[in-house]
Amino acid sequence: MTLNSKIPAGPLETKWEKYKSTCKLVNPANKRQLEVIVIGTGLAGASAAASLGEMGYKVKAFCFQDSPRRAHSIAAQGGINAAKNYQNDGDSTYRLFYDTIKGGDYRSREGNVYRLASVSSNIIDQCVAQGVPFAREYGGLLSNRSFGGTQVQRTFYAAGQTGQQLLIGAYQALERQIALGNVKMYSRHEMLEIVMIDGKARGIIARDLVSGKLERHFGHAVLLCSGGYGNVFYLSTNAMGSNVTAIWKAHKQGAYFGNPCYTQIHPTCIPVSGDHQSKLTLMSESLRNDGRIWVPKEKGDTRKPNEIPEEERDYYLERRYPAFGNLVPRDVASRAAKERCDAGYGVGSSKQAVYLDFASAIMRYGKVEAGKKGVENVDDATIKQMGDEVVKEKYGNLFEMYEKITGEDPYKVPMRIYPAVHYTMGGLWVDYELMTNVPGLYSLGEANFSDHGANRLGASALMQGLADGYFVIPYTLGNNLADDIRTKAIPTDHPAFMAAEKEVSDRINRLMNIKGKESVESFHKRLGKIMWDKCGMARNAKGLQEAIEEIKALRKEFWSNVFIPGDINEYNPELDKAGRVADFIELGELMCVDALHRNESCGGHFREEYQTEDGEALRQDDQYMYVAAWEYKGDSNFELHKEELNYEVVHPSQRSYK
Amino acid sequence: MEHYNMNLTLKVWKQKNKNEKGRFETFNVKNISSEMSFLEMFDVLNEQLVAEGKEPIAFDHDCREGICGMCSMYINGRAHGPWHHTTTCQLHMREYKDGDTIVVEPWRANAFPVIKDLVVDRTSFDRIIQAGGYISVNTGNAVDANALPIDKQRADESFAAATCIGCGACVAACPNASAMLFVSAKVSHLALLPQGEPERKMRVVNMIEQMDKEGFGSCTNIGACEAECPKGISLENIARLNREYIGATFSGSAQHE
Ligand code: SF4
Ligand code: FES
Repeated sequence: MTLNSKIPAGPLETKWEKYKSTCKLVNPANKRQLEVIVIGTGLAGASAAASLGEMGYKVKAFCFQDSPRRAHSIAAQGGINAAKNYQNDGDSTYRLFYDTIKGGDYRSREGNVYRLASVSSNIIDQCVAQGVPFAREYGGLLSNRSFGGTQVQRTFYAAGQTGQQLLIGAYQALERQIALGNVKMYSRHEMLEIVMIDGKARGIIARDLVSGKLERHFGHAVLLCSGGYGNVFYLSTNAMGSNVTAIWKAHKQGAYFGNPCYTQIHPTCIPVSGDHQSKLTLMSESLRNDGRIWVPKEKGDTRKPNEIPEEERDYYLERRYPAFGNLVPRDVASRAAKERCDAGYGVGSSKQAVYLDFASAIMRYGKVEAGKKGVENVDDATIKQMGDEVVKEKYGNLFEMYEKITGEDPYKVPMRIYPAVHYTMGGLWVDYELMTNVPGLYSLGEANFSDHGANRLGASALMQGLADGYFVIPYTLGNNLADDIRTKAIPTDHPAFMAAEKEVSDRINRLMNIKGKESVESFHKRLGKIMWDKCGMARNAKGLQEAIEEIKALRKEFWSNVFIPGDINEYNPELDKAGRVADFIELGELMCVDALHRNESCGGHFREEYQTEDGEALRQDDQYMYVAAWEYKGDSNFELHKEELNYEVVHPSQRSYK
Repeated sequence: MEHYNMNLTLKVWKQKNKNEKGRFETFNVKNISSEMSFLEMFDVLNEQLVAEGKEPIAFDHDCREGICGMCSMYINGRAHGPWHHTTTCQLHMREYKDGDTIVVEPWRANAFPVIKDLVVDRTSFDRIIQAGGYISVNTGNAVDANALPIDKQRADESFAAATCIGCGACVAACPNASAMLFVSAKVSHLALLPQGEPERKMRVVNMIEQMDKEGFGSCTNIGACEAECPKGISLENIARLNREYIGATFSGSAQHE
């Protein structure tokens, strides 16, 4: 099959406008006959379900949590980008487009990214109209900040919980449609299979997680908005329930998986404290605006941080990247921390951490305050106190969260941080209409591969989720469903539904009947360790080959030795988790296969064999400027399809932050 | 920070499902690190149970960073445990010492039936939102975001109310199992914004009506909700809710849909 990205012809600026004014429409009476299934209720899913419900489609939405409001979009802290240029600092759609393409290390589609940048403004308008309480200035207008080292201030935010506020906006819009009867909500439900009829996705098999019963649901189209798969690493900043199952089932039904190995490792997370660790917590990127990152100059130095004199500290980011210093992009900052720790300079009891130090920022702000107040001859303690106040105003909630988790006071001792898995740029391959290569099957938000290339910029995930759900799918779905208005709802006693349900039920029975000795959790941990060690921040061919074999062996062991207590027809979280871990194991193998085939370094994918003399990522544009879309061909058998990326407007160059 | 290990006795509510009666069961856990979170301590217990071939204790959780509102445990008589402004997932074991006994129960309220062990059904909260906790604006109808400036103080107050995570601790903490703090947070969030103005009266009347229908108790100004709310939602919101409700019902213009 050749991959057709369906990017409209014509100049970049007019592609989407042209698409919108020429796409097919479905009239209101027909919309009521068309049923749409939405999996996941994060920003992408909730906004899509609400918008499609408003338009008159019959929508069914599913989430595994107890309420759609819990989806993990809620945890995003920093903000959402939009090319509003409210600050009059020279921002434009083109600049946001350009920054996103460059940040993605030239591995995303120009057409998609331009569309994303151009609808970004509408998102802010929509959210404000819904009552999202963004931060404001004294004049009553919206406030912006700069984020992730961009040169303009285009990030809108609601204190440190922008994701939560945006999701509540979308959730409320969704609940309104539920009340109006346009959307039916199925919470505590998990999608376990896609039902294919005549080559099209026509429904799903879902499991009611409370009763354990399997259900069949028909849809003219199925939208997968189930988020990312960072939990394949066991430890990540994702929620405990975040999983790959929905898109993995789709992959096994024929949907191609795009760039599975592109993973974002966030540089500033609270480090692992022991074997009991169940998840990792992010400390917002904004801390790097004022915190200085360092390790001791001497290997294995055991002194307390405050006992190490200035000249014996290595501010390695400032040393290596004088131009950007502590503000280099996420992938660069993460790798540099790993390099120092691997070389034996790490700090804390695990030695897998570096310091993020606010002492000099506190003193600097303190002096400015003292100057403002006109006080002279103040002692250091008073200056520090004044500085503490300023820092508290800016980062108070983050400092509090750090202290809750670690029991240490970051006003007094430097924070310890280490990189952690945060986001997956890879996902189901989709065309410009967000449709996978399987007709009728769509993927939105983090679940698809589009828009971020090999590395995502800060404050762009929220933007993409809402762009897909509010402003793209309402048009592109209609363009395809217009041809389906004569298709009557297919009764769920159709043989394809029966067969799919049997498949799912057999699989669950198989899992329950293994009755082995090892817990699901322990398999998940073992998988995570393989992935983190060999397919994490830095990868090489030998390690990846080993990882593939180890994962295959792990999979065999899982299917012969996992133990799941409880019964099938009841609330059984161990069983839910077992199904998810089984899928993660298969996905892990594909990620390694993809990472091994991509003989270059780009964005979040760093292959040790491909670096410049001073350790920077080295792309191989002549060979790898394509999207790797993998087709499932049976166990451990994946076939590569390539979608070449053509840059008509931007000229790829080597990223430099020196 | 000195770290230490401890052995604990846990008395945990076990209940097979909605229909069966529950009871307390006692468990012992060993070598719990003071660095663990409360839920990680439960992970240890559950792994231990699985290793013994037993069923683990069911509890709700997802983000484990205090923002999704999914975790919910009533710990030694307090919703989300002893720490101020903290969800259960953010409570850490350095709060406890070797030899402690900890009693853990589900949220208890008629409107939150138990699903299993510590897991309860909070869909009644979703239905209250369905009754009016939104602004009716369809996608694509919005004017420019800066067309309507909003006084910063009002916007900040609205934001403070909007930080409610819908966890239900306020209900669990209240002797009457009232949902007033939750409802007042949503009413305040939207009533403080000009965008919420057109539906202001209808919203408060419909949401209160739904709250009563779900079987939540009435508010008798005890204040336990505010004390246990992990997000610091203040009682002032309840006062505002009462004003909004009286205003809406007395003016006679409130309509039901
Ligand atoms: S008001 Fe507080 S306690 Fe009640 S649901 Fe909201 S966050 Fe939870
Ligand atoms: S698990 Fe999300 S708030 Fe506790």
